[in-house]
Amino acid sequence: MRRLAARAALAAPLLAFLGLFFVYPVVAILDLGLRPHGVFTPSILLRPLVDPGLRGVVAFTIGQALASTALTLAIGLPAALVLSRFRFPGRRALRTLVVMPFVLPTVVVASAFIGLLGPAGPVAAALDALGMDVREGLHRSVGAIVAAHAFFNVAIVVVVVGGTWAHVDPELVDAAAILGAPGWRGVWRVLVPLARPAIAGAALLVFLFSFTSFGVVLLLGGPTRATIDVEIYRRTTQLLDLSTAAALSVLQLVFVGALLWLGAFVEARAERQTLQPSSAVARAPRTLGEVAFVATTALALAAWFLPPLGTLVVRSLWGPSGFTLERYLELGSLRAGGILAVSPLAAIATSLATSAIAVAVALPVGTLAAAAVARARRSPGLLGLVGLPLGVSAVTVGLGYVVAFDRPPLDLRGSFLALPIAQSIVAIPFVVRTVAPVLSSTASDLAEQAADLGASPVRAALDVTLPIASPALLAGALFAFLVSLGEFGATALLARAGQPTLPVAIARLLGQPGEAAVAQATAMSVVLMAVTAAGALTIERVRVGAFRRF
Amino acid sequence: MRRALLATGVAAAMVLAAACVAEEGGSEPTPDTVTLLTHDSFDVTRSVLEAFERSSGIRVRVLRVGDAGQLVNRAILTAGNPEGDVLFGVDNNLLAEALEADVFVPYASPRLDSVPDALELDPEHRVTPIDRGDVCLNYDRRWFEQRGIEPPSDLADLTSPTYRGLTVVENPATSTPGLAFLLATIARFGEDGWESYWRALRANDVLVTDGWESAYFGEFSGAGGGEGSRPIVVSYATSPVAEVVFAEEPIERPPTGVVTSSCFEQIEFAGILRGARNPEGAERLIDFLLSRRFQEDIPLRMFVYPVATDAELPPVFREHAVQIPRSLSLSPDAIAAGRRDWVERWTQIVLR
Repeated sequence: MRRLAARAALAAPLLAFLGLFFVYPVVAILDLGLRPHGVFTPSILLRPLVDPGLRGVVAFTIGQALASTALTLAIGLPAALVLSRFRFPGRRALRTLVVMPFVLPTVVVASAFIGLLGPAGPVAAALDALGMDVREGLHRSVGAIVAAHAFFNVAIVVVVVGGTWAHVDPELVDAAAILGAPGWRGVWRVLVPLARPAIAGAALLVFLFSFTSFGVVLLLGGPTRATIDVEIYRRTTQLLDLSTAAALSVLQLVFVGALLWLGAFVEARAERQTLQPSSAVARAPRTLGEVAFVATTALALAAWFLPPLGTLVVRSLWGPSGFTLERYLELGSLRAGGILAVSPLAAIATSLATSAIAVAVALPVGTLAAAAVARARRSPGLLGLVGLPLGVSAVTVGLGYVVAFDRPPLDLRGSFLALPIAQSIVAIPFVVRTVAPVLSSTASDLAEQAADLGASPVRAALDVTLPIASPALLAGALFAFLVSLGEFGATALLARAGQPTLPVAIARLLGQPGEAAVAQATAMSVVLMAVTAAGALTIERVRVGAFRRF
Repeated sequence: MRRALLATGVAAAMVLAAACVAEEGGSEPTPDTVTLLTHDSFDVTRSVLEAFERSSGIRVRVLRVGDAGQLVNRAILTAGNPEGDVLFGVDNNLLAEALEADVFVPYASPRLDSVPDALELDPEHRVTPIDRGDVCLNYDRRWFEQRGIEPPSDLADLTSPTYRGLTVVENPATSTPGLAFLLATIARFGEDGWESYWRALRANDVLVTDGWESAYFGEFSGAGGGEGSRPIVVSYATSPVAEVVFAEEPIERPPTGVVTSSCFEQIEFAGILRGARNPEGAERLIDFLLSRRFQEDIPLRMFVYPVATDAELPPVFREHAVQIPRSLSLSPDAIAAGRRDWVERWTQIVLR
């Protein structure tokens, strides 16, 4: 009886919050779109499948996601193998370089690729020297989009698949060798089959993230290319066609729901095996072939990951008359903000304040949700509700806020709070994923023992659960902070005109013509990248493997 | 336990910091502030604005929220609870939609006396005309002279192989000159002909940008200080004047020319947003936008014409501005009825 009451006490505020700030706005937007002039018109839902232009958008969304997944696996699997099974000088640095991009805000990656592939970038210069016509740059191409997605998502493969490989007993591979499968065939016969669920899971995640990609496609695709998410944004802000936007949202929801379900299915089928501590697994490359493989892969990874980030830093420091710190020294000036009407520094302050509030909301709510998830492992409904924000387009959430919270008592449109609350919705699943594993294992067992020994639930939570979970809580808070800091989908719709966040400011400047605006955006991207990298490194220190679950 | 304390401390510090910045960043405009919501191309001489602020005691906050399409859509989405008091930048081609969404409240400025009646498209005075201009094809004279090619003289020329890969236009979904140009092609080739014209234009490698700034300064080769490589662009009849004004060394003749048969009229309006926090200040701001001082500031800041008949044009305008024969036009009703569908079909044809 007390358990039931405790569960209700946990679930009630959680459901109230998610219901009010997530379900209600999303339903409001669907309602608005599907009931034009007050009449429910289900045929609108079929529009994306019937209209040739929208079918093109859907096809492009799926096609680029497949291509991105293929490229990500092609780079990620060798990377995972090298980083999980071998010890070599610079391994830690290489791993950081490969994993870091995953937490970088989309606008930072987009501006890095614009810098690398744009008309003034090094790639265009090189091709120009070869006599090719690249005066308009290569940054507005499907290739650039796919490359940027792979840049982001290799981390998923390295963490998820590498995470499995890092624990496979070396004796298994050796045994395969003894049984007549030497060298690479051992990898093929042992490591690949063992990691099959992990590979499938990672591929699904990569596909999901590429499928719902917004910022990268909006900024690199130019006006001609759109994923479903970008099309929702365009239909809303440019054409004010809420019906089609709603239909696309539903389609996206169905797709993502199916993918998440498939993901849960794959995860459930993952084989359990005897795990070895990763330190016991990795070893120095032994044969010449292994040395060559490790060296080539490491160099190739460096060549893949360094240039975009390097170009970003170099371009932020390079002016018409050579090296300059001007763009950093002028971050506080209105002039540097240009079209924004605020200084870049003000945008940074807005971003930090917004993200801090988002964390203050997402951490308690996410922890409640994690506790609920930990208790109700067999309640897929709750898991689904908590995970759904990952799948609902953030653009849809933002749009829902505009539509749903427009009159008292809940009029958030003029309020500073709308944006951080929307960002917290996006961040909550990340908190849950980080905190839930800790709560579901030792902590709850110990807390129950404490309760059996007579401690009150509050006492048990404070004295037992909190100390055990606090590193995870800190990691969850940081994660939420990073997600909110880089959030662009909901933010693009909700940021108030006079108070852009840093990603919004960067995207606005990237859209302006002229080298000066782009260079300023580059410097701001470097600042955002530095903050994000610092946060991510802290997470790794606080709780090694915090990325594991993504 | 120490870690728990650390975590709590970090969380508390962050909330505190947030509260401080939110306090500062979220400060509401004071009662004597008027917020002008406008598009990225809005510009005014600082001293002109300051003179108004001094004489009226009103502080003007200018918020640029992107292109005119985004501006109007934002206003429609937030109708009744706007992000500012006055909106400037809705043009004749977007007007019907904004009026239908009940975005503005009526206000008849005493200064309307000096505005030609033909420009007042809303009899209820929910919007006030502020400036007018013509959207036309511009071309880079030097580019064509150097190659010995005739510049285009008609819209139809753009689809010929001679002009392949030379044109940059704006997306009509996001840019008002882009929309005006689409309407120009519909007026020129008719309901039956415009789609095949755009198909041919696409086949002839037309480039589309989201806004005028990126088309003109980013892709057009004739803009002073620009970085582009295409010699034909959709811009304004008055853009060549701007090239003269901003030329680094004094020049006799504008470096860019106008295809006068390609022009479509654009009138820009301002209106008081329904639900404005400072409606009185908003009325003063509308009066100011129609004042001689501001009207005479318009040509050299935004390079379009003032609407007030008593506003004098700067000499450089009288000398270099091209006279536009009124050849291409569509009725406001036809635009209101067709716009959405046209833009959607255009998107299919040109972008998808």
